[in-house]
Amino acid sequence: MDKVGKALLVAIWFMVLTLPVMGIKLNLLENRILWRFDRLLWLGLGTFFLALLWDWAFSRKARGLPIMRLPLALKDNFLVFWSNATVRRGSAGILALGLLAMPLLCSFYQTNIMISAMLYIMLALGLNIVVGLAGQLVLGYVAFYAIGAYCYGLLNQAFGLGFWTCLPVGGIVAALFGLGLGFPVLRLRGDYLAIVTLGFGEIVRLALLNWTSLTGGPRGVSDIPKPGLFGIELNINEATIYIYYLALLAVAITVVVISRLKNSRVGLALQALREDEIACEAMGVNTTRVKLEAFALSSLWAGFAGVIFAARTTFINPSSFTFMESAMILSMVVLGGMGSITGVIIAAIILILAPEYLRAFSEYRMLIFGAIMVIMMIFRPQGLMSGEKRHYNITALKEAGEKCAASQLLWWKIFPAVLAACGPSMIFP
Amino acid sequence: MVEDLSRSFGGLRALNDLSLTTCLGEIVALIGPNGAGKTTFFNCVTGIYLPSEGQVWLYDGDGDKALLNGRKPHAITRLGMARTFQNIRLFNEMTVLENVMVGRHCRTHSGIWSACRRDRATMEEEQQSVDLCYALLESVHLADLWNETAKNLAYGAQRRLEIARALATEPRMLLLDEPAAGMNPQETRELEILVRRIREERPISILLIEHDMSMVMSLSDRIYVMEYGTCIAEGTPDEVRANPRVIKAYLGESDA
Repeated sequence: MDKVGKALLVAIWFMVLTLPVMGIKLNLLENRILWRFDRLLWLGLGTFFLALLWDWAFSRKARGLPIMRLPLALKDNFLVFWSNATVRRGSAGILALGLLAMPLLCSFYQTNIMISAMLYIMLALGLNIVVGLAGQLVLGYVAFYAIGAYCYGLLNQAFGLGFWTCLPVGGIVAALFGLGLGFPVLRLRGDYLAIVTLGFGEIVRLALLNWTSLTGGPRGVSDIPKPGLFGIELNINEATIYIYYLALLAVAITVVVISRLKNSRVGLALQALREDEIACEAMGVNTTRVKLEAFALSSLWAGFAGVIFAARTTFINPSSFTFMESAMILSMVVLGGMGSITGVIIAAIILILAPEYLRAFSEYRMLIFGAIMVIMMIFRPQGLMSGEKRHYNITALKEAGEKCAASQLLWWKIFPAVLAACGPSMIFP
Repeated sequence: MVEDLSRSFGGLRALNDLSLTTCLGEIVALIGPNGAGKTTFFNCVTGIYLPSEGQVWLYDGDGDKALLNGRKPHAITRLGMARTFQNIRLFNEMTVLENVMVGRHCRTHSGIWSACRRDRATMEEEQQSVDLCYALLESVHLADLWNETAKNLAYGAQRRLEIARALATEPRMLLLDEPAAGMNPQETRELEILVRRIREERPISILLIEHDMSMVMSLSDRIYVMEYGTCIAEGTPDEVRANPRVIKAYLGESDA
């Protein structure tokens, strides 16, 4: 009852507060006041139920219960199903096929959206090395993206260098800038590092904006050629499809490299650095070195993404590289779950695709974005995906491992049968 | 071996001409009242603090010695000095096995490039490191929990995990900072057995800070007693127990 009373109080208070805005309309022609109590009432009702929901969610959180709980049997079955290698490979194959076929089946517009989503996936995974794995809060990440993009634009303008030459050059130049930023900020951590990197991002943007003789200032660089395909002339549609495949390849390479890195000796050291810097160094990890490696690798990736971005838009100017972009990429990492590759990819796709497909709500975009962020931080601060554990093969546990393999074999036997039973009915309904 | 080590913080002299030697295969305890400078001493030796004066030497198996002053902590660990922390510093979000594997970092070599290629040498190195770490976990009785997240471990288990992590760096000298703090008598006894076994199984010398006197007395070969940054007594447990200055430092002087 207490809760209902509290929610009622919230609702009434909210109605009183919004009364001037929502409830009163002045008709200036006739000098009359229109009272719109019906709207206020709906607002009050909505607030009341939201407050109840909020209270309920908080009480669950306080008791340490998850907000949503899937039926246990369903979850277990799914986990068993998912732990099967064939199933995982099969779904990965279907996903890959879908992605490969997408530009041929979907419209030009859809393909373009997917390209930007993939660019952001690259960026978010690159930032994930420094923020997610190494735990160093970097806010000016977009600067490296800009450096990569301008590298291609300017080198092409000045020397006529092509996309394939500029791709490694752009990446390496960005990585060098990353190292250059890395050296002075090695001693900083947390908020201080965030401020310095934020400053770096702004410096790069302002330099691009004001160094007119080199960068073209606000006019930017235009007429950047799209990547060549063995000298074949492509029309704009074909070129987009070509870039789609390039970006897809780049994302695939990124995922492979970063997941391998995460599971390597260096990746472990980076995670240890995130957890406890002093203990990490006391355990023999050269923190200076791994930090610099993380910085360089992460900015290398932003450089690559920048070159692809420049080739795709054929026009770049400083307004593509504002702090908002950095914040967006950082949100992807945080929303996805620090260090989780799957989570970051999902978050990047949501954050890029949702605004595109929800154009109807475009006025409320930032409002919704902010609300989602706040709710996530309260109820799931660890992000969408977290606590993934890597699988290790321990020789001493081989016997136990063989038992597991036996149970897997069972599923492997059942799966084709299930497929055989369900398959025809799905194809011929 | 430590010679005349001093460390000042501003005007405060936290360590004053402290000299201390441990030999291979020896368990040495460093005791003293709170604030005597024991942990500061550890931090100076492991490179977290820079000593103001004095030298720290580490002898290797061939009789060569290396000066540790001014080296970075990771370089000192590489030379064969490993430690645990008074307030447990595990990598909380990582699994138990991964915690120990971080300790292998300075004894393994694969870099970013080989991590991306995943060639045979890299994979073999990793497999070796996994198996070795698992064996270490077995020796501290944590093997069943190898895939558990470190923060979920019980307090005593976390302490043992810290020891396993330190051992993974293949130290010649192991520094244990209050390993029995917060343990019940049963766990303390098990820890004692563990420390003895560590010494028997490998060429190592162990220096421990501890407040649990029964453990210190039964475990250590020699004891150093510190007060206000200086060493006030040194010797076997029996000698130290009988030393009037030690009794005074611990119990205070009766005015009567």
